[in-house]
Amino acid sequence: MAAPQVTPVETPDTTEVPATDRPWVTIVWNDPVNLMSYVTWVFQKLFGYSREKAERLMLDVHHKGKAIVSSGARERMEHDASRLHAYGLWATVDQS
Amino acid sequence: MFVREGDVCVGRFDPSGAAVLQQVMIEVVGLLSERLDRADPVVARLFPDMYPDDPDTSAELRRYMEDDLKSAKLDQAGAMLAALPPGGGEVRLDEEQAEVWLRGLTDARLALGLHLGLRDDTDLVEEMDEAVLRDPVSVRAAQLSVYAYLSELQESLVDALMG
Repeated sequence: MAAPQVTPVETPDTTEVPATDRPWVTIVWNDPVNLMSYVTWVFQKLFGYSREKAERLMLDVHHKGKAIVSSGARERMEHDASRLHAYGLWATVDQS
Repeated sequence: MFVREGDVCVGRFDPSGAAVLQQVMIEVVGLLSERLDRADPVVARLFPDMYPDDPDTSAELRRYMEDDLKSAKLDQAGAMLAALPPGGGEVRLDEEQAEVWLRGLTDARLALGLHLGLRDDTDLVEEMDEAVLRDPVSVRAAQLSVYAYLSELQESLVDALMG
């Protein structure tokens, strides 16, 4: 296949996104107690995610040990984590 | 175990099931009624640090979040105890009440699971067989069977609620 003739695109200046502008995330960690069905239900309930999305996140938590379940402003993430704590999930807040 | 009947989740408890659940929830109330000791792994798990790498900020957040979380947990354990018929019988829960029970059962299982040292790769059936072989009347064998019962109960309630 011939290489397409393209004018080289000017590479934009890759500037680091300032730390303060990086979004915050809520992370849910795997634990040996919480039932897979319960975790799926909590994600649907608290975030309004579809069954499919909630299940995918639950499986990420289960297999990879953790999953990012929401992202946004720091206070919002702290609120999400505290709601997850009320449901007994192990949640923390971090900057992505 | 719970089943769905129309809009409600109906749980039927035999006398021993009701007694076990009552005992467990009384223990949860006991744990939450004392001054919370962060060194206790159960407390650390029920009230997790929001920022694991930043104990100061975590402690600061706890100052205004922990009381609410603690009262919510106490309320839900209390609601379960109030609804549970002593000597067994039927419990009928609407959606909101079912959620209260799911959260309360989670607290109980988290506390018990930590006491039992359960890990992600723990095979509960194997663990129970082993404990029974070693000493059928041991506390560990009894606690493992309570844990298995609570897990089954919670699973049935999630199924009943999700439909």
